Amino acid sequence: MSAFAEATVLITHAVGLHARPSVKFTKLAKTFAAEVEVAVAANGPWFDAKSIVKVMAAKAPKGTLLHIRAKGDGATQAVKALVDLVQRDFDEDADHARSA
Amino acid sequence: MRVDGIPASPGYAEGPLFDLDQSPASYKAKASAEEEQAALASAIGKAVGRLAALMETADGDAAGILEFHIAMLEDDALSGPALAAIDSGQPADAAWRAALDSEIAGYEASDQDYFRARAADLRDIRDQVLRALSEESEAAAPPGAILYGEDIAPTRFLETNWSEGGGIALKRGSTASHVAMLARSRGVPMVVGLGVASAPIIGDTLLDAEHGAIIFSPSPAETETFRQSASSFADRLGSARTFLTAPAVTRAGTAVRVQVNIAYPSDVEGIDVETCDGVGLMRTEFLFGKTLPDEETQYHAYRKVLEWAGGKPVTIRTVDAGGDKPVPGFTVEETNAFLGLRGIRLSLARLDIFRVQIRALLRAAIHGNLKVMFPMIATPDEYSQAAALFAQEQAALATQGVAHRLPPLGIMVEVPSVALAPEDFADVAFFSIGSNDLTQYVMAAARDNAAVAHLNSVRHPAVLRLIEAVAGFGREKGIPVSLCGDAGGDPAAIPALLEAGLRDLSVAPAQLAMAKAAIADVAA
Repeated sequence: MSAFAEATVLITHAVGLHARPSVKFTKLAKTFAAEVEVAVAANGPWFDAKSIVKVMAAKAPKGTLLHIRAKGDGATQAVKALVDLVQRDFDEDADHARSA
Repeated sequence: MRVDGIPASPGYAEGPLFDLDQSPASYKAKASAEEEQAALASAIGKAVGRLAALMETADGDAAGILEFHIAMLEDDALSGPALAAIDSGQPADAAWRAALDSEIAGYEASDQDYFRARAADLRDIRDQVLRALSEESEAAAPPGAILYGEDIAPTRFLETNWSEGGGIALKRGSTASHVAMLARSRGVPMVVGLGVASAPIIGDTLLDAEHGAIIFSPSPAETETFRQSASSFADRLGSARTFLTAPAVTRAGTAVRVQVNIAYPSDVEGIDVETCDGVGLMRTEFLFGKTLPDEETQYHAYRKVLEWAGGKPVTIRTVDAGGDKPVPGFTVEETNAFLGLRGIRLSLARLDIFRVQIRALLRAAIHGNLKVMFPMIATPDEYSQAAALFAQEQAALATQGVAHRLPPLGIMVEVPSVALAPEDFADVAFFSIGSNDLTQYVMAAARDNAAVAHLNSVRHPAVLRLIEAVAGFGREKGIPVSLCGDAGGDPAAIPALLEAGLRDLSVAPAQLAMAKAAIADVAA
């Protein structure tokens, strides 16, 4: 398992990596050919970032340091795009954060 | 044993009985793991399709939740454990339930309120698929069967393969129900109002939908008589076909336009355009079936019919959902649906859906001789609102540089308020009398209720007087008036309709020949 592109990002969204953000997160991950994984701890366990079932199962609340890693075609871009999405609070406004 | 009823769609059928009223199916295990897995995949697909349909009309938060459910259902990681369990010998429903219950337990164990709350979503997802799975197990009728029961849902009719014959025999039902209309248009024999007979649901059965009777466990003599009648009916139908290719005229030489009613774009495939004067009514609610169609789907459906018609007129009715035609995600549950939010009332209440249809119609209009009419108009204001929406969408398409044309806009005459005061509608392009609804509203007799079927007659003097008044008003003002209800194709009603002044009828395709033959028999 060499040549991973890796990054960590702090989840600042009010309720964490919840339903709607997970939809966005996995949809974005699926746009890349690279294998992409997430974890809530540096030593794993790692979850498939393209599976909403797995991403939701990570149950990452606000304040979680999310670990993202990828390998294969476009791995670097994939990690960067996903980090950006988390940093932008999944493009959700405060209104939406209360519900869903 | 012979039981008499009311003929709803003429014809003869001989075949096994199929019980429509068997208790709702629970999931039935399949023969192999592969079939179990296919059943599960199909049920998941069905659940996704339903959610996608709901999403079309959902806003912000609701759409977000639906999108989440769809994403979960489409994720192989969700069905993976269930598919593995099926491989080890479990049936699809138990495997799915166990797999989802394990996911649900994971959410319930979370120390975060938010994630614990998602267990409810997972339960919802679980149950949607279980529901779809048990529906998959609803037995299909064998080809050529006579469907027998209390009543029949339009979807059941549409899902049945009628290519190898068969028919419908209902204990209740009505000749004016939606299924009866579909049956006439497809030439499927149907009898209603048979009452409660404790018949043995076995063996071959004879359905005489010309006279309105069903014969259970027939004797050889009964079978022979039945076959003679069936053959004679086929002969008469054959000779009526000689009228099919010529324009319809009465004995005195009065020309009558005869158009066809269609429900699906594919209905035109079996019709020779030379045998009719156009499409007098294209229903659009069936396009809406179980899901709401997008603009492209509608555009292609309308365009197909317009191109088939060549230069002949095609009158498309905007969606007439509601009443006895529910559309998930669109219509509302009502206790008195025929008097409720249906037709144009519903369209004006759901502009998001109506505008999509209007754009598709405006774009399709360039492909032929399109006319558009609104159902269930009761007041001039409703017509003005609908016409204004056409103008707005036309302006928007013009701005975007999209090819389109504004078709003539007319109205259905089916609410008595219009038939009684047509002068309030002098600015519409045309009138089309919907005799089924007009009759049920004038006679206060629901068209889907066999108990009041004797009241539901277009030939009642009160109904005929209204038809005559509208025809007269149209002649005086130069506004075309046609009739597109079932009466138009009923040989028994045709003389009275011509007498009332109508010269333009639209009938089910299967009735085209009989209607022309009946017109040729009218003296005037």
